[in-house]
Amino acid sequence: MISENSEVILSVRNLTANVEDTPILKGLNLEIKAGEIHAIMGPNGSGKSTFSKILAGHPAYEVTGGEVIFRGQNLLEMEPDDRAKSGVFLAFQYPLEIPGVSNVDFLRVSYNAKRKHNGLEELDAFDFDDLVQSKLELLKMDAAFLSRSVNEGFSGGEKKRNEILQMALLEPKLGILDEIDSGLDIDALKIVANGVNALKSSDNATLMITHYQRLLDYIIPDFVHVMEGGRILTTGGKELALELEARGYDWVREEEVAAR
Amino acid sequence: MTIEVSTLSDTADLNLKARVDRSIYLSELLNLRSPTPLEWLNAVRDRATAIVQEQAIPTTRDEEWRFTNLSSLLQVSFQRAEAATIGYAEIQPFLLPETTNSRLVFVNGFYAADLSAVDDLPEGVLAGNLIGIAEFIPALADYLAMQPGAEEVFTALNTASLTDAAIVHIPKNQIVEAPIQILYVTIASETPKLNQPRCLTISEVGSQVTLIEDHVTFGEGVYFTNPVTEIWVAENAGVRHTRVQRDSEMAFHIGKTAVSQARNSRYTCTAVSLGAEMSRHNLEIYQTGEQTETTLNGLTVLNHQQIGDTHSKIAFSKPHGKSNQVNKCIVSDRAHAIFNGKILVPKPAQLTDAAQLSRNLLLSAKARIDTKPQLEITADNVKCAHGATVSQLEDDEVFYLQSRGLKQSEAQKLLTYAFAIDIINQIPISSLCTILANLIRTQSL
Repeated sequence: MISENSEVILSVRNLTANVEDTPILKGLNLEIKAGEIHAIMGPNGSGKSTFSKILAGHPAYEVTGGEVIFRGQNLLEMEPDDRAKSGVFLAFQYPLEIPGVSNVDFLRVSYNAKRKHNGLEELDAFDFDDLVQSKLELLKMDAAFLSRSVNEGFSGGEKKRNEILQMALLEPKLGILDEIDSGLDIDALKIVANGVNALKSSDNATLMITHYQRLLDYIIPDFVHVMEGGRILTTGGKELALELEARGYDWVREEEVAAR
Repeated sequence: MTIEVSTLSDTADLNLKARVDRSIYLSELLNLRSPTPLEWLNAVRDRATAIVQEQAIPTTRDEEWRFTNLSSLLQVSFQRAEAATIGYAEIQPFLLPETTNSRLVFVNGFYAADLSAVDDLPEGVLAGNLIGIAEFIPALADYLAMQPGAEEVFTALNTASLTDAAIVHIPKNQIVEAPIQILYVTIASETPKLNQPRCLTISEVGSQVTLIEDHVTFGEGVYFTNPVTEIWVAENAGVRHTRVQRDSEMAFHIGKTAVSQARNSRYTCTAVSLGAEMSRHNLEIYQTGEQTETTLNGLTVLNHQQIGDTHSKIAFSKPHGKSNQVNKCIVSDRAHAIFNGKILVPKPAQLTDAAQLSRNLLLSAKARIDTKPQLEITADNVKCAHGATVSQLEDDEVFYLQSRGLKQSEAQKLLTYAFAIDIINQIPISSLCTILANLIRTQSL
């Protein structure tokens, strides 16, 4: 949903970044406004996942230049937990397993960290339980999920649903979905996509990172960006994804070279 | 050549001097004992005294003490712990709701009858102190100080100094529902004190009991506690033993648990060590019959400059024995954890199934862990698995939690807690699980 007067949620200018001294991002520009859904597509190694982790503040990546402004704040100066509490959410490509911590405890700690940040009283176990039950339905998750250890022994689809469950609780301003569709069968994909669509509103934004056009049939983007070599080469509407699916990435590269 | 000879003799002289010093120090500890009111106990004490008199405080040249240096103990001159009184209100935080009427309390090694209560125990079960109930325990002399390993120096020191003890006797086929708590309270003060608690538990044929041994401290000051627990698990009996060491960080704690298991019996020990400047737990299990099952869960959490050492031994002797051991250590700051897990499977112990896992979490660059499985197997048809891991918290795990709004320190605490909690959850007393989980949550970093 594009609206000219919407708040700018994320503004990335000339972002460059290294991992272990190897440049991965080489001047990335992107602007996302409230209400919009963006998709970044690109071949393996193009820097898509790196970009998502840098937005969330992963310590393994070193930002060497440029800026990232999130709702008027310098995102790059914030600790990962402050980014989360301010409304950045990264759904992980590979959610981690945490044996020994029950899912419901994890969700509550996380939810209350954000409430505390916003000056609200923390929810106790009972009130939280009511809240989380309502969110479970959205993702067609069984209550048994809550008592299991975080992601331990979860199937690929269960892990991704659990990520979206966290997103549903934390209600971010910017949801970044890193290959949320990878490894999912069509039924699981529909559930995840329905969850994401239900969370969409006119004052939040979504950034999807994906290899596959299939996801974009279920979560329809306003913008599709093609990324390669650490930069965004071209941007279009959802029809760009179809073209990529049909023609591959080579023609984008050729056009880019021709335009230089 | 001449130089070498003189160097050697110098070293030998130094070694001799160190040994003399260490044996003088040991005899000083022995001299702190008080006489026993029980005439017959003198024979037991005398046997142990003879053993102590031939020994010295071990050095790191002793294989069993390679990683644990007792030099700091030798710097301290101890006095005998005296009887002291403490109010019910003060020990209340250490009393568990599950053991309201099934607990024995010892203060500085002295039985505190006013703080103890055994009303919930079934008729026929004897629980009390040695001085009070010795005459009612059948064949007591066959059990007291009769476990293998009694010649070990600190065990012998305890026996040689024996005046009173916690005694639990469960008669044949008696199932005891209420867990029995044995609470050892040390009142620390400016004068360093030596305290030598003792426990003897006899679980007769077909009986079942849950024991909680808990070491706690009041006050500030250095002390040395040298507890010995002997447990006899008769044929087809089951004992679940929880041992919590939460002495103050100024304490020296050298403890022994010796367990003999007859055929078809089951013994579980969950040992949690959190306290003491220097602690050692010698945990020795002797399986004396066929088809006997031993489960050992261990958790040591150390910070600052604490040293915590667990030396376990499971000695199989008959076919179809089984053991399952998981030991975890969490070490931060400059602390040092040691685990040595000995498993002995002699020829007659065919079809033994023994598993041992040592898992360790290092939370700082200066923390140290020494872990060593020690399997001595001569039987040829056995299953013995062992493994050891030493790891740090993964950056990706910490980041995952941070990305959900937890501060880095909170994320580290939660992951550390998660590492520890499966051992805590083996404790069959829910109130104690909660207490320990909270302690670990707040103290581990």
